[in-house]
Amino acid sequence: MRHLTLKFVFLIIAFAGFVALPALANEGHGVSEHKAAATVHATHATVGTHEETAVHGGITGHAAAATGHHSVTEGHGSHAAGGHAGNVRQIIAPTKDGSLPAWLLAIPFLPLASFVFTLLFGKRLGVRSHWVPIITVLIAFVCALKALATVLSGHYINQDLYTWISSGNTRVAVGFLLDQLTTVMLIVVTSISSLVHIYSVGYMKGEDGYYRFFAYLSLFTFSMLMLVLGNNFMQLFFGWEAVGLSSYLLIGFYYEKVSAADAGKKAFIVNRFGDFGFILGLFLVFVNFGSLHYHDVFANAGQIVGQTWHFFGMSFDMPTAICLLLLCGALGKSAQIPLHVWLPDSMEGPTPVSALIHAATMVTAGVFLVARCNPLFELSHFALNVVTLIGTVTCLFAATIALVQTDIKRVVAYSTVSQLAYMFIGCGVGAYSAGIFHLFTHAYFKALLFLGCGSIILGMHHEQDVKYMGGLKKYMPITYWTFLLASLSISGVPGFAGFFSKDEILTMAFNSPIGMGKPAWFIGTFVAFMTAFYSFRLFFLIFHGEFRGTEKQKAHLKESPPVVTIPLMLLAVGAVTAGWLGVPDLLGGQNHWASYLAPVLGHPHLTISRYAESMLMGGSILAGGCGILLAFFMYITKPELPGKVAAAFPRIYNLLLNKYFIDEIYIAGLVEPTLRFSRNVLLKIFDTIIIEGIVNGIPRSIGSLSSKMRGLQSGQVSSYLTWMAGSALFIFVWMFTR
Amino acid sequence: MIPLSWYMSLAAILFAIGVCGFLTRRNLIMMFLSIELMLNAVNLNMVAMSHYMESMRGQVFTFFIITVAAAEAAIGLGIAVTLFRSKKTVHVDEVNQLKG
Repeated sequence: MRHLTLKFVFLIIAFAGFVALPALANEGHGVSEHKAAATVHATHATVGTHEETAVHGGITGHAAAATGHHSVTEGHGSHAAGGHAGNVRQIIAPTKDGSLPAWLLAIPFLPLASFVFTLLFGKRLGVRSHWVPIITVLIAFVCALKALATVLSGHYINQDLYTWISSGNTRVAVGFLLDQLTTVMLIVVTSISSLVHIYSVGYMKGEDGYYRFFAYLSLFTFSMLMLVLGNNFMQLFFGWEAVGLSSYLLIGFYYEKVSAADAGKKAFIVNRFGDFGFILGLFLVFVNFGSLHYHDVFANAGQIVGQTWHFFGMSFDMPTAICLLLLCGALGKSAQIPLHVWLPDSMEGPTPVSALIHAATMVTAGVFLVARCNPLFELSHFALNVVTLIGTVTCLFAATIALVQTDIKRVVAYSTVSQLAYMFIGCGVGAYSAGIFHLFTHAYFKALLFLGCGSIILGMHHEQDVKYMGGLKKYMPITYWTFLLASLSISGVPGFAGFFSKDEILTMAFNSPIGMGKPAWFIGTFVAFMTAFYSFRLFFLIFHGEFRGTEKQKAHLKESPPVVTIPLMLLAVGAVTAGWLGVPDLLGGQNHWASYLAPVLGHPHLTISRYAESMLMGGSILAGGCGILLAFFMYITKPELPGKVAAAFPRIYNLLLNKYFIDEIYIAGLVEPTLRFSRNVLLKIFDTIIIEGIVNGIPRSIGSLSSKMRGLQSGQVSSYLTWMAGSALFIFVWMFTR
Repeated sequence: MIPLSWYMSLAAILFAIGVCGFLTRRNLIMMFLSIELMLNAVNLNMVAMSHYMESMRGQVFTFFIITVAAAEAAIGLGIAVTLFRSKKTVHVDEVNQLKG
């Protein structure tokens, strides 16, 4: 029954999606004479000094012609800006008409088509139902590469597909924006999604609802791509909610399991808190700018400086209010304090889902939001400090919890929260490209960690507790080596992906002029130490030492099939090499990453000396190295030591083991009062007495009235006649005496 | 020339007889006849007024009423016959099954 309803809901969503088809049909007609004169505006926002000014300047407004049927905007703005690239934001003006290239439309809509197809025919296809989703997402990946090539050649796209909402002066369109930031997200989403799709063939083999799983994965891919491709806040919000829905469905995939169903609900409800702020932020944006299109908002961002927002007798600085409200949404989606509670519970979902949604893509949507809105965040020093503060606190907080957890997926989940916090630090200190860089590298090594966990869980027959593992190295060599690479990467060992991005963030934090910068750097470096420690703690506990499970489990231990291990190996390549795109100057690189993203995100100037920079780098290498060595010492050399440490500090150990009792605090402080209020006031008084009183009272009074009235119809014609004559007489008399 | 009031009085008397008969009689056929009596009292009124007002409208209307009344009588008698066939009576007090 539940399924029928769900299917129905999806069909509606799918139908809404297919409204886009007429626009697709126009594709290929081409624009022959159309000259799309588009201007690349540039807004100064002095990042280096963080003055709250954003002067509107037409630096290199360059018109471009839509050639052939590709209406792309040639943006010379970024390159011409040259020397002061750090200060200039390129804002791509939308082209009014013309058609979007087919490869761009294919990126989100192929997964959508695959979702509809798989949901409708999956049951009949049975074990073959993974083919359509895998092929479509691979095509989407190829198209994403094409998008990357387009942007690299200096062409950008910002175009509406069709008008979605039109009311008065308000016009919201479904449109696509293709710029540097979008391409990064496209590559991350489609590549990880492809590998997770393939991996799932092995992981989900023989599960009930096999086709349903793949349909949901496609739905998720579509939603996430719509989120990152949108050229306006409304589409961002659509994608935002749609990924939330997919996440809910996939966490609760084993819906017969109460804990899984509860975790799904928790994820959804906790995100409501964030989205409430987010949508208020969107309203404020709309009130101020009269539009929700990125171009209109970011090009005019300067006009809200110094304005105040009066709200219930209080006044707030307008940029700060908007940024903090938008940040609310980001905190919910990216599982930062205080809305982080859902992410560890979401581990109830199948492991590929944890890798794709709860590590690599969806949870990074918050970081993407902050980075995308960087012209707004640049206007508020206060908001940037808040972002950094939250990042710093969450980073430390999640890492400490990860130290003691024993469920392998939960360790990795807390590690995700902690790494996301690094990205927030990066954005908070104004180094958005560093945040996005960490998003990029993290996607690969964290997806690898999760998929590695999945492979172990497969081998252990769904045992997730590290207490029963150990010595898996000789049984699962491929998982072992790939897991090792991912752990080295997350620990920030030089040369691996995580090293470059984490170091970039820490350097930028130290370099940043904002108040929270230095504390964020200090705590961040300390957390780098803890990250290395808990990652290698997990690694040693799983793969080294003696096997601690049952004999039966031991007999069944074996390496996972190639369909599982090949994605692991491919991700391992990413986990090692992803960071090479942004090798800093200090190590002889050019930091291509930052200069690629600078037109969209800007890049702060390094004001510290090369000596200081190398000290910072040395510090973070040292922190990571110490963490690994300590883990080696505690779990290999002296395996009895962790127990003693735990026994020596029982209070702290308990506090960490119970995740600082945050869940309990929320239950006691929020959930219980709400439930009590609902049960005692809403249910007993409002519902039972008032609503039920009205709803039941009306039919009851009608019933009692009619039971009296029915006596009139006695079946005796004479009595009818009496009534008739009497009434006629009455009317007669009444008319004359009136 | 008979004055209008005479016609009107006759019609009123006929109508009153019809009402009384309709209210007091229990035989379906008799009640039916009473209805016809009332109807024809109205017809008489119409024709009289039509003549008085020097308009043909009332008389034309009367033809319609007679036509409808004929059809109605056919149906009414038909009901009476079927009722008698099934209940062996046309006494309305004994036909009281349709009640709340």
